[in-house]
Amino acid sequence: MTDLSHTAPRARVSLFDADPRTRARNAAERRFRLYGMAAVSLGLIALVFLLVSILGNGLSSFRQTVIELPVTLDAAVLDKSGNRNPDEMKKVTTVGYGKLLDAALEATLAEKGIDTSALTAKQIAGLMSDEAPRYLRDKVLADPSLVGQTITVEAMASGRVDGFLKGRVTMESARLDSNISPEQLEVVQAMRDAGVLELSFNSRFFTNADASELRPEAAGLGVAMLGSLYMMVVVLVLSLPIGVATSIYLEELAPKNRWTDIIEVNISNLAAVPAIVYGILALALFINFLGLPQSAPIVGGLVLTLMTLPTIIIATRAALKAVPPSIRDAALGVGASKMQTIFHHVLPLAMPGILTGTILGLARALGESAPLLLIGMVAFVKDYPSAPPQGFFDPASALPVQVYQWTQRADPAFVERASGAIIVLLAFLITMNAVAIILRRRFERRW
Amino acid sequence: MSIGLLSLIVLGLAALGFVLGRQRALASAGGDARKLHSLPNYYGWMVALFTATPALLVMGVWLLAQPVLVDRSVQAMIGPGDVPQGSSLGLVMADVRRIAAGLDVLVAGGMGEDALENMRADLSDIRGRLGNVGVAVGDTVSPNVLEAAKTYRSATATGNLAMSAVVLALAVAGLLFAAFRITPELRARNIAERFVIVLLMASSTVAILTTLGIVMSLVFESWHFFQLYPAKDFFFSLTWNPQFRGGSSLGVWPLIWGTMYVSLVALIVAVPLGILSAIYLSEYASPRIRSLAKPALEILAGIPSIVYGLFALVTVGPLLRDYFAGPLGLGESSSSVMTAGLVMGIMLIPYVSSLSDDIINAVPQAMRDGSYGLGATPSETVKQVVLPAALPGIVGAILLAASRAIGETMIVVMGAGAAAKLSLNPFEAMTTVTVKIVSQLTGDTEFASPETLVAFALGLTLFVFTLGLNILALYIVRKYREQYE
Repeated sequence: MTDLSHTAPRARVSLFDADPRTRARNAAERRFRLYGMAAVSLGLIALVFLLVSILGNGLSSFRQTVIELPVTLDAAVLDKSGNRNPDEMKKVTTVGYGKLLDAALEATLAEKGIDTSALTAKQIAGLMSDEAPRYLRDKVLADPSLVGQTITVEAMASGRVDGFLKGRVTMESARLDSNISPEQLEVVQAMRDAGVLELSFNSRFFTNADASELRPEAAGLGVAMLGSLYMMVVVLVLSLPIGVATSIYLEELAPKNRWTDIIEVNISNLAAVPAIVYGILALALFINFLGLPQSAPIVGGLVLTLMTLPTIIIATRAALKAVPPSIRDAALGVGASKMQTIFHHVLPLAMPGILTGTILGLARALGESAPLLLIGMVAFVKDYPSAPPQGFFDPASALPVQVYQWTQRADPAFVERASGAIIVLLAFLITMNAVAIILRRRFERRW
Repeated sequence: MSIGLLSLIVLGLAALGFVLGRQRALASAGGDARKLHSLPNYYGWMVALFTATPALLVMGVWLLAQPVLVDRSVQAMIGPGDVPQGSSLGLVMADVRRIAAGLDVLVAGGMGEDALENMRADLSDIRGRLGNVGVAVGDTVSPNVLEAAKTYRSATATGNLAMSAVVLALAVAGLLFAAFRITPELRARNIAERFVIVLLMASSTVAILTTLGIVMSLVFESWHFFQLYPAKDFFFSLTWNPQFRGGSSLGVWPLIWGTMYVSLVALIVAVPLGILSAIYLSEYASPRIRSLAKPALEILAGIPSIVYGLFALVTVGPLLRDYFAGPLGLGESSSSVMTAGLVMGIMLIPYVSSLSDDIINAVPQAMRDGSYGLGATPSETVKQVVLPAALPGIVGAILLAASRAIGETMIVVMGAGAAAKLSLNPFEAMTTVTVKIVSQLTGDTEFASPETLVAFALGLTLFVFTLGLNILALYIVRKYREQYE
């Protein structure tokens, strides 16, 4: 007899009733599952929050407050000799046009019956942007026959008036603000009710260059977009051939030896080097040693090329690897040389994968900003770079750097601009990624 | 001759070479391609490659070398007296370059070369005349600087002429050399293919050259820095206080502390979220949810860091200040370690989750089935079977995320602040290595003072840290990886 038979018989319980231990284990199971769900949802919520915050801040930058004014372009002021010759008319500076605009604004206010007794003439003029006369001048110089006529001008309102219509500037904030007074805002409100003032689509945001600290309403992305485009051209022209050539060599031709091992380790390490270190390299090598100009798209393009190369090489090698060996064997079997096999058969079949990888690499490069800070791209650039090839050496800005620059300024209107620029940047990135996905879906072959 | 025109001519010669080579080959075989060793096109390719490659190569090297050499020779002409107080040789050289460009414009505008030769800085108003053609020069031009500019201009012109001549001569020589070798027995295909292999090999060295460039530039400039500033103070001092008048203390520890603190906060956010997401997506989620949630999380990795920086600056920073730091009395700054760390953590979630996901998926199903067969619940299986098996890979993923966090720039520049201090309060503004690299190198790029050169030493520190982490991650993954099947 052993002790076993003396143990008390277990209570008879149904298998369908969970005992406490099972219940605890099942509860732990449910908790664990919940943690997982919570983690995924937290990540997604963060993404949504990020996008909503950027969109909420930035969408308003695509609309701009304008004041609609009938302006009489007085020939006695703008063209004294009466020849309508643009070269002679250039002598009239923006000050002359400004006076016309100021007079037109006062006349419109009087006509609509808006009480402006609380404001000085300077305060009334201050409702308009300092850039408004320049646009009028450009318009007249482009078409001298306008002189003498009365035309309707959409004069850009000043940054604070714009902020009032978008809810950024309030009566309370105006009291503390030396650039605008509550009385001015009341007039603005009246103008809005009278339909003189309205928010319209802001096409200048896409064409203007950067503007000074005091004129946020005139700041635009034109130079930054062109600079980014120039850099992407440089990146594409350099990194695609070099990347594809490197991949072909490593994947198809290179013997397995120490040297190719070193190259491979190098490439994977380069992919992990922080972006800012590439900036240091560009500063020391391209600018200090080779004497290339600062803030030039060529330097930015070169450093972004070096950063994009590992991405393109990795994608290209994957694409080459995906081409089945039977294709190579068949080509070699009918007498093609190694080179003919690669260039006539393998490379065309790998092309969709290579292009997809290249587009994704370019998208990465487009959003990169840290190395560009070090090569002087943060400089204030007011003029468009000229056409290529000289344009590659002219100072320019880039989209992400322009965002950074705007966030460094005091006026909150620039935060709106920066968020708007981010939206433009994200729109480009989404387009590029969509193209890559479509390419992959359309041309990908499963062997 | 402009570079664009020159390259076009070389390419044109190459095209001509192609046609010529093809024709010569066919002619030498009496019009019967079967008598040739290779297809006629290969003879054309051979000639084209011999024409274009050496010429373009020499042009590239020349373009890189010429400015350096011309600068050297012109610098010798400028005496110490020509450098104004508070300026430097580099700035004067920039002036020289600008004046030389202005002289070009003057000549293009109708001024004769003789008149230019006779132009004297002390007699005529150079500054005014340059201003008239749209070239702004800061100071009045001293005689030596004008002479230097003239020399610069003539040296550059001579150099460009010599380059055009040499490049064209090389192209023609290559063309003739290749074209006259053509006989029906010539193994043109083998030659052309060998040539292409050499080109492919050369482009694969770009990766090596990049690494070499990074290491050399970091090490050389750091070497300069340590000659001006004692290495002992850099590595062991606890204060960071650069003064542009000199007498700065440049201790690296406050920066390393800030970097580590921000990265730690980021990893505390990213690692649990990332690993739990990976577990949920690979073990629990239905295929539908997985196919939606996985790409959505990966969007986070595709968003540029400047976007996160703006998010930190505009949204997260003020939010933390108004709802946490302010009421708790921990600080009044919207840029803080917490701000940067939280936002960076969000950015790193996909880095941890996708790598972990791949690794968890690589654990064989048989191990899970075994565990279920013994009566374990799915969570027990994950905790006691899947995670231990996937651990080396997950540690590798975390280390890679840490290396990203240390090297991240824009988020900390916009979210962490600029004050270098050693503090434990996460709601205080602190600064990191990358922030200081940016702030020491933007604007003034005069490479003589320790205050600028310190950025290279910081860059070297950063490079060594991230490289070390990456190598460690690879080592762990390789060494402890379990090989199934």
